Amino acid sequence: MKATDISGPDYFHKVVDCQYACPAHTPVPEYIRQIAAGRYTDAYMINWKSNVFPGVLGRTCDRPCEPACRRGRVEDEPVAICRLKRVAADNKGDIAALLPKLAPRNGRKIACVGAGPASLTVARDLAPLGYEVHVYDGEAKAGGFIRTQIPRFRLPEEVIDEEVGYITALGPVMRLGERVESLKALLAKDYDAIFVGCGAPRGRDLDVPGRKEGAANIHVGIDWLASVSFGHIEKVGKRVVVLGGGNTAMDCCRTARRLGGQDVKVVVRSGFDEMKASPWEKEDAMHEDIPILNFLVPKEFTHKNGKLTGVVFEKVAPKYDDKGRRSLVPTGEPDQHIACDDVLVAVGQENSFPWIERDAGIEFDKWGMPAVSAKTMQSSNPKVFFGGDAAFGPKNIIWAVAHGHDAAVSIEKFLSGEDVEDRPPPGVSVVSQKMGIHEWSYDNDIANDQRYKVPQQEKAIALKSVSTEVELGFDPLLGFKEAQRCLNCDVQTVFSAPVCIECDACVDICPMDCITFTDNEDEADLRHHLKAPALNLTQDIYIADGLKTGRIMAKDEDVCLHCGLCAERCPTGAWDMQKTLIDITHAGSACRSK
Amino acid sequence: MTYILKPKMHHPELPANARGFTRRDYEGRVSTLCAGCGHDSISAAIVQAAFELDIEPHRLAKMSGIGCSSKTPDYFLGQSHGFNSVHGRMPSVLTGANLANRDLIYLGVSGDGDSASIGLGQFAHSIRRGVNMCYIVENNGVYGLTKGQFSATSDKGSKSKKGVENTESGIDLVALALQLGATYVGRSFSGDKAQLVPLIKGALSHHGPAVLDVVSPCVAFNNHAGSTKSFDYVREHNDAVNRLDVILGRAPITADYAPGTVTEVIQHDGSTLRLRKLEESYDATNRIGAMNYLQERHAAGEIVTGLLFVDPDATDLHDRLGTMERPLNTLGTKDLTPGAAALAKINEGLR
Repeated sequence: MKATDISGPDYFHKVVDCQYACPAHTPVPEYIRQIAAGRYTDAYMINWKSNVFPGVLGRTCDRPCEPACRRGRVEDEPVAICRLKRVAADNKGDIAALLPKLAPRNGRKIACVGAGPASLTVARDLAPLGYEVHVYDGEAKAGGFIRTQIPRFRLPEEVIDEEVGYITALGPVMRLGERVESLKALLAKDYDAIFVGCGAPRGRDLDVPGRKEGAANIHVGIDWLASVSFGHIEKVGKRVVVLGGGNTAMDCCRTARRLGGQDVKVVVRSGFDEMKASPWEKEDAMHEDIPILNFLVPKEFTHKNGKLTGVVFEKVAPKYDDKGRRSLVPTGEPDQHIACDDVLVAVGQENSFPWIERDAGIEFDKWGMPAVSAKTMQSSNPKVFFGGDAAFGPKNIIWAVAHGHDAAVSIEKFLSGEDVEDRPPPGVSVVSQKMGIHEWSYDNDIANDQRYKVPQQEKAIALKSVSTEVELGFDPLLGFKEAQRCLNCDVQTVFSAPVCIECDACVDICPMDCITFTDNEDEADLRHHLKAPALNLTQDIYIADGLKTGRIMAKDEDVCLHCGLCAERCPTGAWDMQKTLIDITHAGSACRSK
Repeated sequence: MTYILKPKMHHPELPANARGFTRRDYEGRVSTLCAGCGHDSISAAIVQAAFELDIEPHRLAKMSGIGCSSKTPDYFLGQSHGFNSVHGRMPSVLTGANLANRDLIYLGVSGDGDSASIGLGQFAHSIRRGVNMCYIVENNGVYGLTKGQFSATSDKGSKSKKGVENTESGIDLVALALQLGATYVGRSFSGDKAQLVPLIKGALSHHGPAVLDVVSPCVAFNNHAGSTKSFDYVREHNDAVNRLDVILGRAPITADYAPGTVTEVIQHDGSTLRLRKLEESYDATNRIGAMNYLQERHAAGEIVTGLLFVDPDATDLHDRLGTMERPLNTLGTKDLTPGAAALAKINEGLR
């Protein structure tokens, strides 16, 4: 294998699994250390800069960081990264003085369509730079799906108000209550660039017999949730069937339990394990006495005297062809009828762009999605950019934020006359953590604690109101303990071959058998010949050559605890623990080449 | 030393041996020796060897004297028996323990000061008596605890860290052991675990006095140019005569070696020592040949390593004294006071 190039940001960024997996690349270990130190405001600001909505995301994020967390590979459960974010948000002090200083207006005008997380991120990034950002939304309050879709018992409205407020304080012109009905009309105005962040605002319906007749009691999930959020709906029938297996279905069933639903069931076509909903959301639903029935395909809504009486399901079983593709085949068992008073249909969302004229210069694909570059977020009309669910279909908040940052960089470069394809590299700082002979500026002692559970409101109280928050969040002590589980993966083991005397001290002390000194060979062979076989191919092997014996140092990054014992036991300082802080470049002078 | 303990977490794929223990279960407390000390590598090799031999920790007793090397039994086999004796007296304590309980595996750990200076007599007599033991000398050629004076194994002409030349002759513990009748003699290097681990395994399973002289660089006081026990010097002058594999009786021969290059020695306990020759003329079962070869190579400035001598038909102190086969702690009142009839019989024999 070739020696690893550790000079650029890429290699070590990948070692920080959580940050690498995060669409916005939030420097997770950095803020977790701040939480452990009780510096909640600093932890919050690291988040705020990167993901814009720490309080919201600390309750609702889809947490791509957690399955990636190294702790999950060395023991059962990853660090509760998402809930630690909330600890920062809950305990921070006043951040007003830490918000960006506003530059004088630069004469450029940007329109953002929709006031959801993507648009607000664009506004957050560009407004302080002097851009006049106009944010349009049909609703009276900003927040988009954050406000309309996520039930209050998961996300209190004060949190939304606070974090949306930090952005509106930066001076964007909030044109709320103004729905954009025509892109052409918007293009005709004097905007220098337009960002479309209008979400995926249409819930998919289910067209089976009886749909029309039972219409009064059949609701499209996302619309129903929005109506609940706005207070238009306050009640639901006692027996409720929720169709669909995504997170919207989970929100629907749990909301129904709080609006009078006593016998609420979730019914999914596929298997329980294949459901799109996050595992923890399924757990929360089941905890609230909501059974999830699987392998049932809705066939018909039954009705009597013009009123819905239930749903008929066909029983199916999964069948795999020789290519491993799954199909659902009827088992031949008799159909199952589930009686109910209301049905909530949460079987997916579609994008709809009725307001974009097809001759506005935006190309659409055969599924009605705009042609958008995943790198630049630019559409086929160079001054129109997309982000969030509007760009590539329904994802989640953290992706919308990442899109917003990317689009803001593109807009800044586009309006500076630069090539939007030329993306700015992240800022990287590498600092040795050595303080003394065996002292490091991070806590390298590994906590053996298992993942802590977030305290929850008592079920009887939680189910009484749709606005009683279920999760109470970690208190500072629990937050500290959970924070101590972080392995500090951003504190890298950096090796210098010229000073190594090959004494094997690091090999002997490494608790995870990560380090091997051996003869060089191909990666495929080498992976099997290390002190512990390196079978996780998604994790790199760090190779250094130039040793006196002609061997190489090979370190499997997979389960390294970053405990620094290799560096403590090294007599010559060939190993050092260096913190690599990777800071994604956002819009601003740093993202431009001139 | 380090300020934190070695984390309990281990590699998710860490294998277990026939006793259900992982290698980590054979570790001891965290080392307090200088970072990079060769002794720590030897400790790691002992851990590995005990793991591979499926040793039940409570069936092993580790004995030591005084010195950096003699501290190390604290850092491995934390669940085994141990005795940290006075300076140079480990061999006597080990001999006594062995006589009292012949069922345990005895691992003596010592250093060049403990064995070649103050304890040289004890070293010599335990070997010539044929005590069944694995005697490891962690040999760094320097008094590290007292900051770097030459030890009795420092080679004549080697230089101290300050540049002073050693004018006295060094004791070659391997040559001594051969002359005194050790039945398993090896030399190795702390920086070569591939060689060291099998040598320790062979020594632990050997029936008779097994002596391993392990060159172990002192990173603090004896790892400089001019030292003959530095990492660089040993790597440059290492003349390995063979490579050893220890097979626990159940593994079949898989590698295909050219005839004459592999010899197999079946030990008393059924284990097989498979020796692959690196030096064609070297015969590890010829004591006199070994002594001659060692002297020649030593004169040429080379350090001969490998399994230098093994006697497959070795006997030990118990065999020679005809002691009873059971450990003394299993003898009950009935065994120890056989009664008047037995006494009369003994008295009769003495008339």
